[in-house]
Amino acid sequence: MGLVDWARIRSPWVIHFNTGACNGCDIEIVAALTPRYDVERFGIKLVGSPRHADVLVVTGPITKQVEKRIIRIYEQMPEPKFVMAVGNCCASSGAFRNCYNVYPGLDSLIPVDVYVMGCPPKPEAIINGVVKLIEKLRGGGS
Amino acid sequence: MSTAIDIPIGPQHPALKEPINITCYVDGEQVVGAKLRMGYNHRGIEKAGEYQSYIQNLYLAERICGICGIVHSFSLAQATEDIIGKELPRRADYIRTIGLELNRVHSHLLWLGVAAHEVGFDTLFMYVWRDREAVMDLIEEVTGNRVTYALVTIGGVRRDLPQERAEKVLRVMDLLEEKVKKYKKMCIDEKTLRMRCDGVGLLRKEDAIALCAVGPTARASGVPYDVRADDPHAAYDEIPFKVVTYDTCDVTARVLVRIDETLESINIIREAIKKMPSGPIRVRLPRVVPAGEGVGRTEAPRGEVIHYVRSNNSDKPFRWKVRAPTLANFLSIPVMLTSKGDYVVNIADIPIAFASIDPCMSCTDRAIKFVDVNDGKSWVWSLSQIKRVSHGGGR
Repeated sequence: MGLVDWARIRSPWVIHFNTGACNGCDIEIVAALTPRYDVERFGIKLVGSPRHADVLVVTGPITKQVEKRIIRIYEQMPEPKFVMAVGNCCASSGAFRNCYNVYPGLDSLIPVDVYVMGCPPKPEAIINGVVKLIEKLRGGGS
Repeated sequence: MSTAIDIPIGPQHPALKEPINITCYVDGEQVVGAKLRMGYNHRGIEKAGEYQSYIQNLYLAERICGICGIVHSFSLAQATEDIIGKELPRRADYIRTIGLELNRVHSHLLWLGVAAHEVGFDTLFMYVWRDREAVMDLIEEVTGNRVTYALVTIGGVRRDLPQERAEKVLRVMDLLEEKVKKYKKMCIDEKTLRMRCDGVGLLRKEDAIALCAVGPTARASGVPYDVRADDPHAAYDEIPFKVVTYDTCDVTARVLVRIDETLESINIIREAIKKMPSGPIRVRLPRVVPAGEGVGRTEAPRGEVIHYVRSNNSDKPFRWKVRAPTLANFLSIPVMLTSKGDYVVNIADIPIAFASIDPCMSCTDRAIKFVDVNDGKSWVWSLSQIKRVSHGGGR
């Protein structure tokens, strides 16, 4: 394992993108970052720019307006990049399946590595998703 | 404008990311005008509601906004019950009231943390979010879920509140009251916070009335408008409470209104548990709703929510219309962000002024486009860049 891989596994940097969520998953992600759960103590850091990020965390159903933006963010991320879909709507449009302005799921636009199910998933579930992702990082690229 | 839309904004604060684009006109450091552009988060929920039964729509309504949890499902149920025209058991009204107030406590604490973060006071942010978890645990215990409660159903509630659980609620309320009072003292005494909030985001009383501001935004401008008091629903007619208003019209007033409302909510929950009658928690109502029109309204943490339903004697609504409070409050943003006479808005004030209405939808971008009024040059900053300026760093 090279130095870069070691660093990435020990401290994956995450960018969060809301593609039209109801904020339910988003407040649970923030809850995972605040003192009760505090994933930052494991080196998981939320960053502001896709160019600094290893992992893209997406919440919410993909509305047609964000289609271009989510693809662009994904393209801006450096390789190797990983995608985590948080919440049912992100994986399969969930409760919004009847809405005319929503894509059926994130994987119809970009490849997804980890799905975290739940509407919304609890912070514990999100942390579990991160652990699964780290296992995948150990295994190498996407 | 098109460049502004193309900048996707990072994750600084999920709770605040809005489907909105603000163009700010600046002269040096001063903001002299602002324009809003909305509609990025349109999912088509109202139309989808026409293909689903009323019960299914309750779950969809709940997902209009994850922070307002119970508010939308409550209002939709209220509108539907309005058409059917049947009295609910009183115990259901009381449990709904407790749900609504727990939701307000969690939402106001969430906002207080976020507001502290917007002015760079992260210590308060972390403290508040730590204590907010106590409410989240309580909500999970009372309703079964942390975020989307699924507590309300048409004709009552789905889950009873037994005595031992109610006692636990009271215990946590005592603890919380103490903490919230501490935060109130912190917000009043902390000089750095006051320097960032006093006189910022001014919305005069006449502007608040003219622009139809609702909720804490209106009440912080001295407009005593609260649906709970003006049009009592659920059990609010039997529970005395104070409509909190402040008249300094700035961000400080909005912070204090929300803190005082949290304390009021704690008292409402105590009172509701004390007065809660025994009896059934729901009545069975027909799945097919007779033709008619119904309106449901309640005071969400952010202001008045209105649901309108028209039925056509089937099990699916013919038309369902939702008006959320943030839409009403958006109109005040350009006023808050425009320097006028003695009132000066700096670029660094934009995040907290915008956050002070507690915008509550999800979002794609919040890029802010600046236009220099002297030479017409325009540039785009992401929210994170403005925040850096706001926190005193470089650009």
